[in-house]
Amino acid sequence: MSSRVPLPGFALSLGYTLTFMSLIVFLPLAAIAWKSADLSWEQFVQTVSHPRALAAMRLTFSTALIAAAINIVLGLIVAWVLVRYEFPFKRWVDALIDLPFALPTAVAGLVYASLYMKDGWIGRFIVPMGIEIAYTPAAIVMVLVFTGFPFVVRAVQPVLEEIDTDLEEASAILGATRWQTFWMVLWPNLRPAVVTGFALALARGLGEYGSVIFVSSNLPGKTEVAPTLIVARIEENKFAEATALALVLLLSSFALLGLINVWEKWSRRHEA
Amino acid sequence: MKPDTSTAAQPRRQRAAQDPLWLRVLLTSIALAIVGILIFLPILHVFVHAFSEGPFRYFEHLFGDSANRDAILTTLSVAPRAVILNLVFGVSAAWLIARFRFPGRTLLLTMVDLPFAISPVVVGLALVLLYGNQGLLGPRLSSAGITVLFNTPALVLATTFVTLPFIVRELIPLMESVGPDEELAALSLGASGWQMFWLVTLPGLRLGLLYGIILCSARAVGEFGAVYVVSGRIAGRGQTIPLRVEQLFQQYQSPADFALASILTGIALASLFARRLLESASGPRKIQSATTSGDAA
Repeated sequence: MSSRVPLPGFALSLGYTLTFMSLIVFLPLAAIAWKSADLSWEQFVQTVSHPRALAAMRLTFSTALIAAAINIVLGLIVAWVLVRYEFPFKRWVDALIDLPFALPTAVAGLVYASLYMKDGWIGRFIVPMGIEIAYTPAAIVMVLVFTGFPFVVRAVQPVLEEIDTDLEEASAILGATRWQTFWMVLWPNLRPAVVTGFALALARGLGEYGSVIFVSSNLPGKTEVAPTLIVARIEENKFAEATALALVLLLSSFALLGLINVWEKWSRRHEA
Repeated sequence: MKPDTSTAAQPRRQRAAQDPLWLRVLLTSIALAIVGILIFLPILHVFVHAFSEGPFRYFEHLFGDSANRDAILTTLSVAPRAVILNLVFGVSAAWLIARFRFPGRTLLLTMVDLPFAISPVVVGLALVLLYGNQGLLGPRLSSAGITVLFNTPALVLATTFVTLPFIVRELIPLMESVGPDEELAALSLGASGWQMFWLVTLPGLRLGLLYGIILCSARAVGEFGAVYVVSGRIAGRGQTIPLRVEQLFQQYQSPADFALASILTGIALASLFARRLLESASGPRKIQSATTSGDAA
């Protein structure tokens, strides 16, 4: 419809937008494609299946998965409480949810590194109990839970607000327990939002670097994540190897986002 | 809450869908504990440690140390450039995507989101592969006397890449909701394209622009991974505040580190606060514009 409207500036905005995106985004990505073209298949496989690379990939995927799974549970509880209950300072709590998006990852890393140390605010209570988090993979999970926390909450909140409580009332009147109502009435409605939030948190966790280098001991093969290994390879001027690892990261996060898109379309069609 | 006693069935029906008190108390406590431990405690921790040696030492840490001062200045020169670049781009791309239908539009919309899906470290690598000594363009540019990598331009490019979606993503839905009617009216009354743009389009985007700039600035100031890779991390040159935070962390200089971190935390909190303010400001504004357009009709 709008295309028939004689608004000015189409050519100018098209030209500027494409030029800008080419210079800022496409050209650098083309450099990665160019470097990967240099890479033979054997070289790629060799780099990616190197024990250190495998260990880094495994750690990256497992910590990001665990953190995103934890965020489903935390996100559902927090979204539920924010939508359904009233309590003092609710607006402030709601505003704080977005902090992990706004807070620089370096600050998150710095604080999380010192909170869980032996004499840290939380560490002084849990270290005597035998729970050592600082510099372990558990610390990576903790900081990834922080950076990905808003995704599930913010995905679930609007859906929960729109769900008609009539459904729950009907279910209760028909004799369902609260728990049955949740699983059989609410959960099917919430599931697409939860999956979206989970995938976004996961994609974010896969690429997270800034906060992780603070809280992890970054030992090759043990507590080194894939982005850390990429930086190490860049610093050694081993650009081909860095590019191979970057490709794996890039393709997995693209695949994830592609999957969400397909999933969203699929669930929307099944709703209708 | 609602003193509506007109229908007797109302309270009973509400109770049927409501959780029992013990569950409400339990879940609220759990939620508060989650937000408290995950988010509130870390913020408090930053400020307590930043001011642990008193306010005088706090400012001495920030401005007395030349490397810290340089980091603040570098951030102040890099972040605004990235924001301005993304601001002009945001307005242009939003105009294109919200006002026109053309082949490839959906693809472009997806491309705008691309930086969200790419690890900052990979962005850094891409810039090194492009502008480095062995890069695609690096050798040609350096023979022309231009150094991009390990220099301010690289920091600006990396920051711009990472924060590219923020302003556009604010502007597109806003522009779509406003619609082209007022712009078309201005044109039919004889305004030129640029007059329409400055007098009708931009004022209509005011809040979205403000919010986009705030979001983009907060992220630009705090960008770490991409900037870390392209900076070269030479003290006092091309070191932004977050990079300096990392360096101080390596040197175990805790109070100075938390002093710098407190600036970044303050900016993050301010951006959240500003967002709330703008949201409460945009509520009544929507109603107002709805009534004025009703009057016009």
